[in-house]
Parts: sequence; structure tokens; C-alpha cells
Amino acid sequence: MFDFYFEIPLVIRLILQGLAVIMVIFPIAGACSMAERKIAAWIQDRPGPNRAVVPWVAWIPFIGKFLQRLGVFHVMADGGKMLFKEDSLPGHVNKFYFVLAPIVAMIPALTTVVAVPFGAYFDTAGKLIPLGLAPFDIGMLAVFAVSSLGVYSAILAGWASNSKYPFLGSVRASAQLISYELSMTLAVLPVFLWVNAPGTEGTMGFARVVEFQSQPGFLGGMWFGFLMPISAFIFLVALFAETNRQPFDTVESESDLVGSFHTEYGAFKWGLFFVAEYSHMIVGSGVFMLLFGGGWNPLPWVSLATAVEFLGTFLPFAHAPLFVGILSIAIFMGKVLAMIFFFMWVRWTLPRFRYDQVMKIGWQKLLPLSIANLLFYAIAIALIQK
Amino acid sequence: MAQFLFLLFAIFTVLCAVGVVVNKNAVNASICLILCLVGVAGLFVQLDAYLLAFVLLLVYAGAVAALFLFIVMLLDVQGKESFGLRGFRTIAGFVAFALLLAGIGSVALKGQIVSSPPVSVAEGAQLKLYAYQLFTTYLLPVQIIGFLLLISMLGVIVLSKKHEIAEDAK
Repeated sequence: MFDFYFEIPLVIRLILQGLAVIMVIFPIAGACSMAERKIAAWIQDRPGPNRAVVPWVAWIPFIGKFLQRLGVFHVMADGGKMLFKEDSLPGHVNKFYFVLAPIVAMIPALTTVVAVPFGAYFDTAGKLIPLGLAPFDIGMLAVFAVSSLGVYSAILAGWASNSKYPFLGSVRASAQLISYELSMTLAVLPVFLWVNAPGTEGTMGFARVVEFQSQPGFLGGMWFGFLMPISAFIFLVALFAETNRQPFDTVESESDLVGSFHTEYGAFKWGLFFVAEYSHMIVGSGVFMLLFGGGWNPLPWVSLATAVEFLGTFLPFAHAPLFVGILSIAIFMGKVLAMIFFFMWVRWTLPRFRYDQVMKIGWQKLLPLSIANLLFYAIAIALIQK
Repeated sequence: MAQFLFLLFAIFTVLCAVGVVVNKNAVNASICLILCLVGVAGLFVQLDAYLLAFVLLLVYAGAVAALFLFIVMLLDVQGKESFGLRGFRTIAGFVAFALLLAGIGSVALKGQIVSSPPVSVAEGAQLKLYAYQLFTTYLLPVQIIGFLLLISMLGVIVLSKKHEIAEDAK
């Protein structure tokens, strides 16, 4: 059915696949900004954005009104506004780096997706084949490496703006990102220690981690979130800090830094910073779900294979690779979106930390905890796996 | 395709490396350094040395160069002082240039690839092999480097603490 696709040269095929993933991430990132406003409204018990509507949709009875109340057209209105607004360039900025910074923000945000598998299917032999852009065996390292480049956008934007608050913000951003990277890296090590059991082929890839969480038995089917709760917690906290989300929003804290590194930005350049932030959130949530949330397995102790077998009892096409692929992507995306909802939920639950508190949590609480956690699991895994 | 990508990354890397030396603005120079590191990482990827490429990005481009850039911006370093070629510097410069020329010349004239490179994946390219090598063959270098890092870490703590005490005394 899809033979014609494989006749296209590999380079073009890879570019098409990359574009396809970007075309999914980009609108989701846009929709997330909408969801953020709507969820904020919901938590604060107010209607939220509910005005914008396209005329011909408003003519549809019930559905038109419903979509308007839901605020879905505000995404388009916001996007249109950002595109057509005057793109002002303040006179006191370093023009080259000022324009470069939002682009630098986008590149790592969209590049990290390359190493993240987002679904799987079974080939004719029943072997699980992960779906992803590049099935590296160093997936986790690649994500860490590329996402660590994200700090440059904040540094460059703050410096190029040539103004006080943006610069303070960028100083905070770089300190915060570098501080929490340490605990984050240490928190995932137990997972890879456990996954790289003796006798297996060594890997840092995500597919293997998910495979390990979909084995039969009590311990085999357990998601790593239950098996290593402290690792998951540290990773989650560090993820909030790395994506500059509240309560670690000191980088962007409107109350004391106006808007931090994007104070001087407007129109589409400002929009790019936001899309980059949401892309980081999407990829970060994806990585969290792969490592600690079972990846594309629907439930703890219920693997994708079991689910497909169960569906196969009443759906004739349940074993088709296409169906399994779409099912696994849907499960994974559902988890990622749930995680993003969690991000927004926390935003309206916890107050923002002060900057000194952020540093204290990072260096004095999280880092010792993650080292102790690593030591404990290293000994435990050595004893269990012999 | 591989040839094209190699040329692309090689030219990019060399241009950025030249940019680091030539640029008088310290911020431009650090950005060139980062781009140069990214180019080198690209070359490593073409050699199938993914681990090396990403470790290079993670450690140097992600952390060390960020620190450089950060300090350059914080101190607002300007390239005011020009390094003229005089005295000992001239001699050192010429010696370095002559050594470089000799190196390139010897590779160009005498260097030859004895056999075609092995088809199998090089040792160290695969994660497990790499880790195995670190814990067996290269155990001593790893230990020594770890010790050096520990000493430098202690040095940083001592230096920054001293500074704080002196300020308190004021």
C-alpha cells in the first residue's frame, strides 16, 4: 500500500518525516498556549477566552456557539496578531543577536524531538519496532546534549536587549538551567542502570526503557515511576526548572523582572520564544513518560502487546501495523498532553519560589538527594541483578 | 551525499575556528567557538561516533562555552588591547606556524592510508564497548582525571570561600 513511499530517496524521505513531526509539534505548542489560558480560567473559576469566532462557523447552530465558548479560535486570532503586528526593533539593542536569539530558541527545542520515539508497532515476526525520527542508542544523551544548547537563547536575548531586566533574567536563566541539569542527569541514571542488565546490549535509548516496562510479571510490568519514585520526582522537579515553568519561573517572573529576557521582544519574535517553551515542555513530558510513565503502554502492568491482543478479540484489524502504530502514538500523545495539563495545574497551585530558594533547592536539596538515590539504586540493582 | 556533508561541516568548522581567532568582539568569538564545536560534533556524527558527538555538545557547547559567553557578557570584555607581534611572541608565532606547516606537509607528502578502514564499528563507538574500555584499559587515566577534577573543585571552593571571608572582614 505504501510502497511508493519507500521509492523516494532516503534524504527526501527523512526531510519529509522531520517536517511531519514539526508540523505536529508546532500546532500543539500553539494550542498549548490556548489551553494554558483556558485551564487558568477554569482553575480560577472564570470563563476565560470565549469571544473570537470565524463568521461562517458562528452560523452553525449549537456547534458554532460551543466552539466559540471553548475559545478555539483564539489560537488563530493570536497567531494572526503575532504575524501581522509591527515587528519593532528597539534602537538600543544589538540587532544581529537580538534577531538571532528567538531562532536559537527554536532550534534545540525542535531538534530534541529527533531522539524521542513516540510510538511503536509490531512487525510480522512480532518484534516491537519503535517509531521515531532517529533510533539512536544514545537517545537520553542526545536529548540532554541538544536541550543544553537552549540556554544560549536566554543568554543572547538578555544580553542583546541591552537593558537591565532582560540581562538579570538571562543571568538567572543560565544559572538555573545549569544547576538543575545536574540533578536531572543523576536522576535518570538508576533507570539506565536497571535497563542495562548484565548480558544485554548496552544502550541509552528510550525504546529499551519502554520495553523493560512492558515485560510480564509484577516487577516487569511496573512502570519506573513506581519502581523509582524518587528518581521520577527529582526528574519532574528538574523538568519544571529546565522548562522555566512555575514554580521555577524566576527567569521570567513578571512581578520583578517585567518579562525578563523577552521584555524587549514583540510580535512573532516573542511568539517564537513561547513556541520554544511549549516545545520544550512537550519533549520534556515525552521523555518523562518514556522513562517513568511506561511510554506507549496504556496502563501499568498492561503492555501494548496485551492491549492489542485484547482489542484483537473483537476488532479484526487490531493486529495491522498501521492500527497498532496509530494506537501507540495516540496513547503516548494522550499521556504527554496529560502531563502538560499537570504542568498548568501546578502553575496555579504553587506560588513562585524566590530566586535564592530556587538555588537552595537545586544545590542543597535536590542534588544530595539525587546522589543518595543513585547510590541506593546502584547497590540495590547490583544485588538484584548480580 | 556523505562527501557533500563532510565538506559542508569541514568548511563550516574551519571558518568558525578562524572566526574565533580573528574576531575582536569577544561575544562574536565565543559564538564562533560554539558553532565550531557544533561543526566538530557534526563531523563526529559522520564518523558514526555518536557518543563522542553528543558528549562534545553536552560538555563543551552546552556547559563550558556557555560559561565563557556568560562571563564575557558579565564582564563586558572588549577587545581593546591589541596583541602586536613583537619580541618573544613573534618567535613563538613563527615556530608554531612552522610546526603546523611541517605537520601538514608531512601528512600530505608521506602520509598514506595503509589499508582501507575497517568496516566494523570502531571500538568505543558503541556505548557498551566504550564503557567497558573505560573500566578496564583506561581505568588509570579515568581515575587521574577524576582526581584532577576533584582538586580543581576543591580549589574553586577554597578560592570562593576566601573571597567571602575577606569581604565579611571589611
